[in-house]
Amino acid sequence: MITVISARQLRKSYSGQTVVDGLDLTIRRGECFGLLGPNGAGKTTTLRLLLGLIAPDSGELSLLGEPVPQRAREARLKVGVVPQIDNLDPDFTVAENLLVYGRYFGMKDAAIEARIPALLEFANLANKRDAKVPTLSGGMKRRLTLARALVNDPDIIFLDEPTTGLDPQARHLIWQRLRELTAQGKTLLLTTHFMDEAERLCHRLAVMDQGRLITEGTPRELIEQNIEPQVVEVFGEGVEAWVAEHAARYAARYEISGETAFCYVTDAAPLLAHLHGHPTLRFLHRPANLEDVFLKLTGREMRE
Amino acid sequence: MRPDIYALPRLSRRFFPIWQRNFLVWRKIAAASVIGHIADPMIYMIGLGYGLGSLVPEMGGTSYMLFLAGGTVCYSTMNSASFEALYSGFARMHEQRTWEAILNTPVTLDDIVLSEILWAASKSLMSGIAVLAVVWLFGLSHTWLSLWAIPLALLVGLCFASIGLIMTALAPSYDFFLYYFTLVITPMMLLCGVFFPVAQLPPVLQIVSAALPLSHAIDLARPLLSGVVPTQALLHFGVLLGYALVGYYVSLVLFRRRLGR
Ligand SMILES: Nc1ncnc2c1ncn2[C@@H]1O[C@H](COP(=O)(O)OP(=O)(O)O)[C@@H](O)[C@H]1O
Ligand SMILES: [Mg+2]
Repeated sequence: MITVISARQLRKSYSGQTVVDGLDLTIRRGECFGLLGPNGAGKTTTLRLLLGLIAPDSGELSLLGEPVPQRAREARLKVGVVPQIDNLDPDFTVAENLLVYGRYFGMKDAAIEARIPALLEFANLANKRDAKVPTLSGGMKRRLTLARALVNDPDIIFLDEPTTGLDPQARHLIWQRLRELTAQGKTLLLTTHFMDEAERLCHRLAVMDQGRLITEGTPRELIEQNIEPQVVEVFGEGVEAWVAEHAARYAARYEISGETAFCYVTDAAPLLAHLHGHPTLRFLHRPANLEDVFLKLTGREMRE
Repeated sequence: MRPDIYALPRLSRRFFPIWQRNFLVWRKIAAASVIGHIADPMIYMIGLGYGLGSLVPEMGGTSYMLFLAGGTVCYSTMNSASFEALYSGFARMHEQRTWEAILNTPVTLDDIVLSEILWAASKSLMSGIAVLAVVWLFGLSHTWLSLWAIPLALLVGLCFASIGLIMTALAPSYDFFLYYFTLVITPMMLLCGVFFPVAQLPPVLQIVSAALPLSHAIDLARPLLSGVVPTQALLHFGVLLGYALVGYYVSLVLFRRRLGR
């Protein structure tokens, strides 16, 4: 296993507010690593630190074997970035965006032109080659941004919330493409707050909150280590009274969010038997998932 | 640990693709841009030149038209670089996030600032050549010395691009630039002898004028168009270059502070 990104005790604060707080991160060649966290957790700042765009207050960083930020420029030659907010060139066509971007990597025009058909094919944009960027849909723009991030044939691709704001069809197409990249042996570092995205795509995950890594592991490990395996969601008339009276007896842990009680249990049978006899309550029994872990670790209150 | 934001500019050839990018955008609107570069000074020179020129047949030892031409070469190039560095530069930095996209590649902020200055100066060069073409078209200047106005346009462009980028680095929004144009550019136009000799100003304002870069540009341009070698050419050149270099450094530090932290 070769380490391609490593961060040791990384720290960054903005006017007294610690945004990245003693972060340790190791990412290996060929894996898809997911950085999860609510809004404001420090995900984007972490990516900017890793790319050497901003300097940490303290800590050590290396990207593809180069010390960062000292030799970040050299490291970025072999990195592709899909930023959180689209920054395609609105004055250019789809193909021109790729050509102009490739030049920033010092590539010759002929070499870029030779790559463009395959990149457009990959992004399902072959028939949009000469379309201007403002005429593209949100999903097409994201795909073009992904294609642009691949123009230099990078070893690592950073993706900052790659599917935020996309409709389900567009998301699925992006996911499929990201899986293809992983299959080609590319290393992916993506941030997201969609748990289904993380669960489907990532080999390993880290949950981040308030600048700190709370936990790290495979999706399965995170679920096994952090939470009871079964969840029973209880809702319907009288749920509050039911919780006050019975929940503690049947569930090792429970939470109330809105009109629903989430009961986390190792063995759901006694609780289910009890609920079957209840006249007004309804319930849903399912295995615990990553979203449960995320909410347990980062809390249910709104961020922003 | 932090790279010093006060470090001297780190130069590299990687600035060039950004210049190319801006040129490619410009090429799409080249026709309109060229017409603007030519029409703007033409309207000035026809309006003011014929209007005032008939009342003031001679100024500073030449025809008023030629006097005005010397001012207009510098004024137009100043404006071209300023608009490019402020409005277009801000669009690329802030609104379109073009810089953000570029910074994710092996290009650095130092490269971007250099390319912005060189690009804005390129616009000045185009504008300077356009004014010169108008001057020749009107048959105002008959000297090879006037060709020196072309490198001068580039230098004036570098100077005002660098100063303008300081504003861009500080600007919270486009509205901010109105201050610069009303408090810096317009007074400069009136104080530096574009329309009338600086000697007509009260002594205090003459001192202010002598410190402003546009005066030095005009002190070079006007004699060159009349076929005279400028006096104190080295001083004027030095002042323009000085403004350019200081502006470049200050704007770079401000951009590093704004974007690199
Ligand atoms: N340049 C900056 N100046 C001041 N505060 C910043 C800056 N960049 C990020 N922050 C703050 O750092 C925190 C984390 O931001 P960010 O890394 O964007 O979080 P995430 O990507 O996880 O949503 C936020 O509170 C944000 O306001
Ligand atoms: Mg973010």
